[in-house]
Amino acid sequence: MTQNLGFDVAHLLAGSMLVLSFVLLYQDRITAVLNVFALQAIALSLSVAWQSVIQDAPHLLVTAAIALLVKGAVIPAALHRIVRQLGIHREIEEVIGAGPTMLTGLGLVALSILLVMPVGPGVSVLVREDLAFALAIILLGMLMMITRRNAVTQIVGFMSLENGLVLAASGAKGMPLVVEFSTAFSILIAFIVFGIFVFRIRERFDTVDVTALDRFRGEQGDRE
Amino acid sequence: MALIPDLVVDLIAQAAQMLLVLALAPLVLGFTRKIKARLLRRIGAPLWQPYIDLWKLLHKDAVLAHNASWLYRIAPYFVFAATWVAAALVPTYAANLMFSWSADLIAIVALLATGRFALALAGMDVGTAFGGIGSSREMMIASLAEPAMLLVVFSVALIAGTTQLSSIATTFATASVGLRVSLGLAMFAFVFVAIAENARIPIDNPATHLELTMVHEAMVLEYSGRHLAMIEAATALKLMLYFSLLACLFLPFGMATTDKDWAALGIGVSSYLLKIFVMAALLPIGETAVAKMRVFRYPIFLGGAFAAGALAVFLLFVSRSF
Repeated sequence: MTQNLGFDVAHLLAGSMLVLSFVLLYQDRITAVLNVFALQAIALSLSVAWQSVIQDAPHLLVTAAIALLVKGAVIPAALHRIVRQLGIHREIEEVIGAGPTMLTGLGLVALSILLVMPVGPGVSVLVREDLAFALAIILLGMLMMITRRNAVTQIVGFMSLENGLVLAASGAKGMPLVVEFSTAFSILIAFIVFGIFVFRIRERFDTVDVTALDRFRGEQGDRE
Repeated sequence: MALIPDLVVDLIAQAAQMLLVLALAPLVLGFTRKIKARLLRRIGAPLWQPYIDLWKLLHKDAVLAHNASWLYRIAPYFVFAATWVAAALVPTYAANLMFSWSADLIAIVALLATGRFALALAGMDVGTAFGGIGSSREMMIASLAEPAMLLVVFSVALIAGTTQLSSIATTFATASVGLRVSLGLAMFAFVFVAIAENARIPIDNPATHLELTMVHEAMVLEYSGRHLAMIEAATALKLMLYFSLLACLFLPFGMATTDKDWAALGIGVSSYLLKIFVMAALLPIGETAVAKMRVFRYPIFLGGAFAAGALAVFLLFVSRSF
C-alpha cells in the first residue's frame, strides 16, 4: 500500500507539473505567466521532496529547498520587478495560434512518452514515468521559447525547461549534490545574463518584442 | 419486501429514477436562476417559476409559420424524448438498476447529438436569419465540444475498464482508484464541455435575447406554445443530465450500488440531491464571475478542454503501459 501511495503522489506531482507547462503555453498575460511559472517551481520542489522521502535520500531535500527558494520565490519576484520596470506588466501578448500550439504540445507529449517507453526493464516504473514527464516538460519549454515573441516569456520558457531537467535528475537515484549546485548556479548566472540582455534590447529598440531584432539582422530588410 | 416480486421492485426503482430527473429538472433550473438573481442583488423569480412557465406554455396556442414543414413540428418532441432518455439512463441515486446495461456513455453522447441535430435542422426550417445563425453557431460549438467529450469518455473508460455508466460509478465508489491526475483533468474538461453544451455564460447567455450574442435562443426563436414548452423542458433536463453525469462519474459517493434496502436508497437519494443542489449553486457563482466570450474565442476555450482531455488519456497511457 505504501509503495502504491508513493507512486500515486509522485504521479500526481509530476503530472501537475506537466499540466502547468500546458497552462504556461496557454496564458497570454505576462504576470499570469510568471505566477504559473512560480507554481510550477513549487510543484517541482514538492515532487523532489517526495522523491527524497521515497528514495530515502536526504540530500534531495536540499535540491527541493533550492528549487522552492530560487525558482519559486526569487526568480519570479525578480521577473515581476523587471516586467514592472519595463512597464509591460499589463501587456497581453499575441500568442501565435493558441490552438495549433496546444496541438503541437500534445504531439510533443505523445512523442516523449513513445521515446521513453522502450527504456529497459531494469528501471522502475516511477523513474520511467518521471523521465517521460520530464522530457515532455523540456520539449514544452522549448516550444514556448519558439512560439513567444516577448523576451521575458522566452526566459520563462527556458526556466521551465530547466524545471524539467531537475525533475529528470531527481528521478535518477544518487544524483550527486555537486551537480545540483552547479546547475542551480548556472541557472542563476543565465538569469542575470538574460536580465541584462532584456534591458539592452529595450534600450536599443524601445521594445522587448524580439521581432524587432529580425530587422536589425537584415532578415526583412529587402521588403521594406 | 418478500411479498412483491423482485422484478416489480426493479421496475419501480427504474421508473422512480426516470420520473425523478423529469420532476426535479425545472426545480434545479429555478434554483440556479434564483441564486444568480440573488448574486446580482435582485429578489428573483420563485423557485417553482419554471413549472409555472411550462404550465403556461402548454396551454397556449402554438403559432406556426406558413412555410413550416413537418420537421419543424416534430423536432421539439424528438429533442425532448432524446434528452429525457439520456437523462433517465444516467445513474442518479442507485447504480445497477434494471436498464443500466443500456446506460452507455457513448450512447448518451450520441443521444444528445441526435437531439441537437434535430433542433439545428428545425432552426433552419422556417428560413429566418436568426434560426440559421443560431443553428450554425450551435453546430460549431458541438463540433468543438464533442471531441473533448469523447476524450473524457476514453479516459474514464480506461480507468474503469468499461463505458457502462453504472459499472464506472460502482468501480469509482467502491474500489480504490488512487490519486489520479487524469481524473482531475477529465473532470476539468468535462466541466468546460458541460458549460458549452448547456449554453451557460462564457459561451452563451441563457437569459439574453440580444441578437448578436445568442446561440441557443436564436435557434428556437420561432417556437411558441407547447413546442416551446417541450424545448424548455428539454433544456432543463439537459442541465440536470450534465449535473447527474458529473455526480455519477466524479463524485459517486453515497450511491446505492449493490444491496438496495431502504437505508441505502435513502442515503443514495439524499446524497444525490445534496450533490445536485451544490452544483446548481456553484454554476451561477461561476457564471457571475466571468464575462461572456466573443464567438471567435470559443475554439480556444473548448481547445483547452480538448487539451486537458487528451492529456488525461496520455497520462493514463504512461502509468498503464509500463
